[in-house]
Amino acid sequence: MTRIRISPNRRDLLVGSAAAVATMAAPSILHAELAPLKVGVLLPRSGFEAGIGQDCQRGADVAPAILKSLGLPALAIMDADTESNVDTARARAEKLINDGAQLLMGAFDSGQTAAIAQVAEQKGIPFIINIAAAPDITEQGYKFVFRNFPTAPMILSSAFANQLELFGIVGAAPKTAVFMHVNDTFGTAMSKGIGVVMPKFNMPYTIVDEIAYDPAARDLSVEVAKAKAANADALLVVSRLNDAMLLTRELVKQRWTPQAIMSMGPGWYEDQYLKTLGKLSDGPISFDPFQDPNKKLSKVLEDALAKSSPGVNLSTNHVYTFEALLIAADAYKRAGSADPKALADAIRSTNITDNVSVGPGIQFNAKGQNDKLKCGVIQNRGGKLVAVAPKEAAEANAEWPMTPYQNRS
Amino acid sequence: MIMARVIARLSGNLSAPTLFLLAALGLALLTAPFFANDYLLTVLILILYFAYAGQAWNIMMGFAGQLSLGHAIYVGLGAYVAALLFTRYGIAPWLGLLAAIPVATACGAIIGFLAFRFGVAGVYFAILTIAFAEFARIGFDHLDIVNASAGLFLPVAQYAHNDLWRLRGSPTMFYYVILAATALAFVLSRALLQSRIGYFWRAIREDEIAARAAGIDTFRYKMYAVMISAAVTAFAGVFYAFFYNNLFPEQVFNISRSIEIILGPVIGGVGTLFGPILGAFILTGLAETLNAVMLHFGLDLPGAKQVFYGICLLIVVLALPNGVWPWLKRRLGLAEELQ
Amino acid sequence: MSFDVYLNVAVGGILTGLIYGLMALGLSVVFGVVRVVNFAHGEMMTIAMYLAVVLFAQFHLDPLLMLVPIAAVLFVCGYALQAGLINPFITRPEHSQFLLLVALGLIIVNSLLIVFGPDARSVQTSYAYDSFQIGPLIVDASKLYAGGAAILLTALLFTFFRFTRTGTAIRACADNYTGAQVVGLNVKHLYALTFAIGAACVGAAGAIMTLVIDVTPMLGPTYTLLAFVIVVTGGLGSMPGALLGGVLIGLTEAIAGLLFTPSAKSMFAFAILVLVLLFRPQGLLGKRLA
Repeated sequence: MTRIRISPNRRDLLVGSAAAVATMAAPSILHAELAPLKVGVLLPRSGFEAGIGQDCQRGADVAPAILKSLGLPALAIMDADTESNVDTARARAEKLINDGAQLLMGAFDSGQTAAIAQVAEQKGIPFIINIAAAPDITEQGYKFVFRNFPTAPMILSSAFANQLELFGIVGAAPKTAVFMHVNDTFGTAMSKGIGVVMPKFNMPYTIVDEIAYDPAARDLSVEVAKAKAANADALLVVSRLNDAMLLTRELVKQRWTPQAIMSMGPGWYEDQYLKTLGKLSDGPISFDPFQDPNKKLSKVLEDALAKSSPGVNLSTNHVYTFEALLIAADAYKRAGSADPKALADAIRSTNITDNVSVGPGIQFNAKGQNDKLKCGVIQNRGGKLVAVAPKEAAEANAEWPMTPYQNRS
Repeated sequence: MIMARVIARLSGNLSAPTLFLLAALGLALLTAPFFANDYLLTVLILILYFAYAGQAWNIMMGFAGQLSLGHAIYVGLGAYVAALLFTRYGIAPWLGLLAAIPVATACGAIIGFLAFRFGVAGVYFAILTIAFAEFARIGFDHLDIVNASAGLFLPVAQYAHNDLWRLRGSPTMFYYVILAATALAFVLSRALLQSRIGYFWRAIREDEIAARAAGIDTFRYKMYAVMISAAVTAFAGVFYAFFYNNLFPEQVFNISRSIEIILGPVIGGVGTLFGPILGAFILTGLAETLNAVMLHFGLDLPGAKQVFYGICLLIVVLALPNGVWPWLKRRLGLAEELQ
Repeated sequence: MSFDVYLNVAVGGILTGLIYGLMALGLSVVFGVVRVVNFAHGEMMTIAMYLAVVLFAQFHLDPLLMLVPIAAVLFVCGYALQAGLINPFITRPEHSQFLLLVALGLIIVNSLLIVFGPDARSVQTSYAYDSFQIGPLIVDASKLYAGGAAILLTALLFTFFRFTRTGTAIRACADNYTGAQVVGLNVKHLYALTFAIGAACVGAAGAIMTLVIDVTPMLGPTYTLLAFVIVVTGGLGSMPGALLGGVLIGLTEAIAGLLFTPSAKSMFAFAILVLVLLFRPQGLLGKRLA
């Protein structure tokens, strides 16, 4: 029987040249072929952390359009509410994967994030953490879990370095500081970290007293009274949004304006703080993971957010949630397929310098942690946030010391 | 054989339909991992976890009539003891359990002793249990040995193969562990109910003063109830610690966890044997169904699911004051089990 | 630390305690008479707080002025709730009551989340940041007004229960249910009325609370717990007891926060609760239960 067969050589040549043509025409054809990546977004949109979860969601909602305009593949977002509960978080993660999610993102709370990380690792589905405080999450030897957010020691190192630079710029420095922190995962991690990180820097001030307060406290008068009694120059603080507002109110009522309020956590730069306290919100300086106002993508994100959520200023929650999706789309493009292993490898080799957050860009070390992140330094001025350090990124001179609360009308 | 006699004793008084249904349920649960996807398996693990914890709570409430609203303290103590021994000394969870049980039991004994010696009963007892749980929560939030509020993380190894001794492995392994535990708790409850202790408990629950008048040492038997309940709950904590691999006092000892534990038995039927298990199925099933329904209708409103959930709870508690199981039992025509 | 600090903290603690006591007042009334454990207490207060916030935001009406209308709204709601939903549960076991009110609380909290969103709302009165300085003592103005309102309301309530016919009738129901019926009192109506009064107290407390704390949907459960601690400490059914319990808790927490680490100050409240439960279960000012 005769068989007509393309000889191996010719067939190889045919296949090979087809492949060559395909790769040369790469971008457009690949895009046309890449189906939207199914990304499960897990955030605490109800329950105790609803405020933060819904804020993060704003960053996730504007992402698809921006990513499309950057020429990145489309993402099909599947939203899920962890309800600020670890059981729900785990069940939702399983359900998303069951419904076809090819990548997970979330989840702000450390306990819920750790639960989701386990599920992701077990299933071999990449999980990009937008924000989570506990350092341990990326110490578990996971191969599919990535975190693009600084751990407490990283924030501290960056903050102390920035503080030294700021003191240089303003030509003044406090000699003593009282350290107040909220007694939750983040606050405690920061408190433990200070003992380790601070001695590495030659800080001009010493911490004379440390005051931890209950995250559910509605009244911080005793804590502020204690802080005031420490007679320190400056107030070093790690708090959340509600405590920041409470603390400020107590500072006003108890008539104590520190030389400076240096925050190394959320709250003092957030919209609600600025809006609710008005003139009383001016002055505090935040050393936090933040957007770099000089990066092009920051402006794009800011504009998009202004359109979708008018009146909301761009800040940490939006930035890192957006970046997590940016990482996903970028990795997808480079991997060329939704195969989880390929995606995970692609994420691990991420190198995005055109991002939003402060620092050299987005890269991951072997543990899946972006250890190059830096903090920005912003001060509240006239209801807006201005970058005051480092010198290259500064938009304005820092106001130092703070105007006494009693003198503000 | 002793086994045959024990089984005969436990299942005596049960009608044929009851045994049949029980066997069918057992079979379904045993084979579940073969036809359930991972999501469903996780849901089943959650259901069985709450069934187990609810069963443990039921011993105190349903049998001896002591309302505990702070049961999370036993879960938390069990979890932290086992987790601490594992992370610091590499002691396997099953050995850790041997340490966790005495700790939880001692805690229960303290609460029981204080309450019963000083005549704290009813709602006041419930408030006392809440106070202890909150005390533990805030206390552990400041305990450096367990990393305080920064959280205690258990080292997660691998998932390639199941290590039953160290409780590291796939969800299927955890499923069978909790299934076995729930079955054991169920059998234990049945055994307790049919024993002398069980009779005394029921007498105390019905009318404590009369029971005392009849010569029952009510203090001692109430203590037994609290201590046994605490001891059984300790395992739930160990399971929790090794399943989630991280513990935060704020979450583990939280009053909402205590409330979650009692929802199952109350909905299912306090004091019944099967109530906690049925309740757990109903509640978790309800929650997941609501999620699925809302997803189907594209209703993406945070908080809406909890509103519907609350409404369903209201309807059940209004319509079926004794719980779903007694009503279901009558509907299915099953013989009255020895209560 | 100097004496000044202790003085300031103590005064602040007492004022805070008065407000806590006011918040617990409604629970004391309900629990003491109707014997229903209102586990949705904090959630009801949250509703009142949101009412105050909305009224202030829309019409700039000071919460202290809006006290009466808000209390009235809660009064009506309370009456309806008791007569419609809760009445059959009075004789049911505690765990059933608990579940009913937990479910109710869940619905309220999440409905508020849907309507108002998760962000904290506050009432920014003109005197929100004022404080009075008398020598070394700096007193928070809002807290002072709130504390004063608390005392006033307690006195009002006390007078009602002690000297009016309805008040006496309600106390009769509490003391002897059957006897009250025998004498011809409409117990069902009186129970509903009591719950309504309790709800009105909660409403007033909520309006006053907006002066000192911000409201979020998830505020309820924490305050329910606190209310229980205060009511048990002060004594069931005793108005002055609720205030006294509140002041005791407020003061203890304040001083404890000053001496030890503030994040653990709640432990002292629970310690007091345990001690009261053990050694004086009727509470500081309560009557010995039959």
